[in-house]
Amino acid sequence: MNNAPAPSEITPPELYARRREFLKTSIGIGLASAVLPAPTFATPAKLGDGAKKSPFSTSEAQTPLKHVTGYSNFYEFGTQKEDPAQHAHKLKTRPWSVTIEGLVKKPVTLDIESILKLAPLEERIYRLRCVEGWSMVIPWLGFPLDILLKQVEPLGSAKYVEFLTAVQPETMPGVRSRVLDWPYVEGLRLDEARHPLTLLVLGLYGDILPNENGAPLRIAVPWKYGFKSAKSITTIRFVEDEPRSSWMKAAPREYGFYSNVNPDVPHPRWSQAKERRIGEFMKRDTVLFNGYGDQVASLYSGMDLKKHF
Amino acid sequence: MPIALLKFVVFMLSLLPLAYYGWGAWHDTLGANPIEAVTRGMGTWTLNFLLITLAVTPLRKLTGWHAALRLRRMLGLFSFFYAVLHLTSYLWFDQFFDWGEIARDIIERPFITVGMAAFVLLVPLAATSTNWAIRRLGGRRWQALHRTVYAIGILAVLHYSWLVKADQSQPLLYGGILAVLLGLRAWWREVERRDQLAGKYQPKIRNRIIPIQPSD
Repeated sequence: MNNAPAPSEITPPELYARRREFLKTSIGIGLASAVLPAPTFATPAKLGDGAKKSPFSTSEAQTPLKHVTGYSNFYEFGTQKEDPAQHAHKLKTRPWSVTIEGLVKKPVTLDIESILKLAPLEERIYRLRCVEGWSMVIPWLGFPLDILLKQVEPLGSAKYVEFLTAVQPETMPGVRSRVLDWPYVEGLRLDEARHPLTLLVLGLYGDILPNENGAPLRIAVPWKYGFKSAKSITTIRFVEDEPRSSWMKAAPREYGFYSNVNPDVPHPRWSQAKERRIGEFMKRDTVLFNGYGDQVASLYSGMDLKKHF
Repeated sequence: MPIALLKFVVFMLSLLPLAYYGWGAWHDTLGANPIEAVTRGMGTWTLNFLLITLAVTPLRKLTGWHAALRLRRMLGLFSFFYAVLHLTSYLWFDQFFDWGEIARDIIERPFITVGMAAFVLLVPLAATSTNWAIRRLGGRRWQALHRTVYAIGILAVLHYSWLVKADQSQPLLYGGILAVLLGLRAWWREVERRDQLAGKYQPKIRNRIIPIQPSD
């Protein structure tokens, strides 16, 4: 009997030799991936890499990210503070564009990618005071809103800007109830909107803005109650008359257009003299203009803040 | 189930909300604003127990389960218990016993005014919950006093409703349940009144009049 394999079945020696090589490398890779940390392809670039520090930042202790994302008012996702964190992951943030229109020479629509490239990002660590009597310290990423507003040329009659925000019934369970008039509308006087403290926010804690905090872009107006800082903005409109915000429509006696943080002007139903900083046990005294009076008090000189609440 | 065991089970169940918030406060699982969560939680459970207590009589009438009545005092006292915790949490963690601020709150903030009024009205009910007090007052007066619980229920729902910023769905739910519980009582009273007018409760008179015969 002839058990010898046919010549065609014999593995050529050079191939045979490489078998060991192959085994060695595959074991090596297996070991490496099991033992070593993730291969150093490069840590993914974060939005906040290289962001400038800002002289407007506070050095106060920052509120942990889990509280910034886990405790927020974003009524489009429900009226409970935990609702946004639970539902906002469904929010569609791409494609996204912002239309700047109204009393302008030429309206524009900018997509989010081009807005991100308008200016270098800064980190601004701001206090945030909610009208409900609590506060946080949040490291935002963004650039002055004025840079975005400069993309259009407003007419002389424009006195205010109105912010209209996203309504996505398929991702936002809260908009099915008429608890507020949707879309959520906010507004600022033109000089407030152009103020260097007024930030167009694109991220927080060094990374892109979480959905529950108003992705992909929102504003932060740190001397006003938090609800003035509209989230998930889709339209910015230059107008002549003072805009009526959603909260003004819901309760005109309780929410005014200005809504500057002011310990001496109580909410009709509760005091604003004190606030609880999230994470602290004792309450703090609330400060006029949330402590940004040096920068913004002049905007309101001669105005009766009790009347223009 | 023997009544003593039933009472024990209800007692332990009634402590669960306290255990939940106590455990949560200790292990920091009550979210970003645990103090607010505790204050609100104690308030919610005050209202829950108030409505459960008010449900006893209708439940008994509708189901004929008379043992429920034996639980009513304990349920009412648990409402008071959670009200005390709710108030304490406000006085301590919200105001840090700043009595001037507290007085201003009571005068100037309607939701605190009615909340405080509801609590003040609860105190005499809790104080007269013993058998001794019932005997001392007499059933009729005791019952009249304890009818203030209807007003307390209304004040408590108002307190909740006036505190809420925009979403009235929860206060409306509580208000709806309260309206049903009080409405049933009003309805039963009305039925009783009509029956009374129709003579349902008059003693039956069966030719027992003795004719007076003039005697010569």
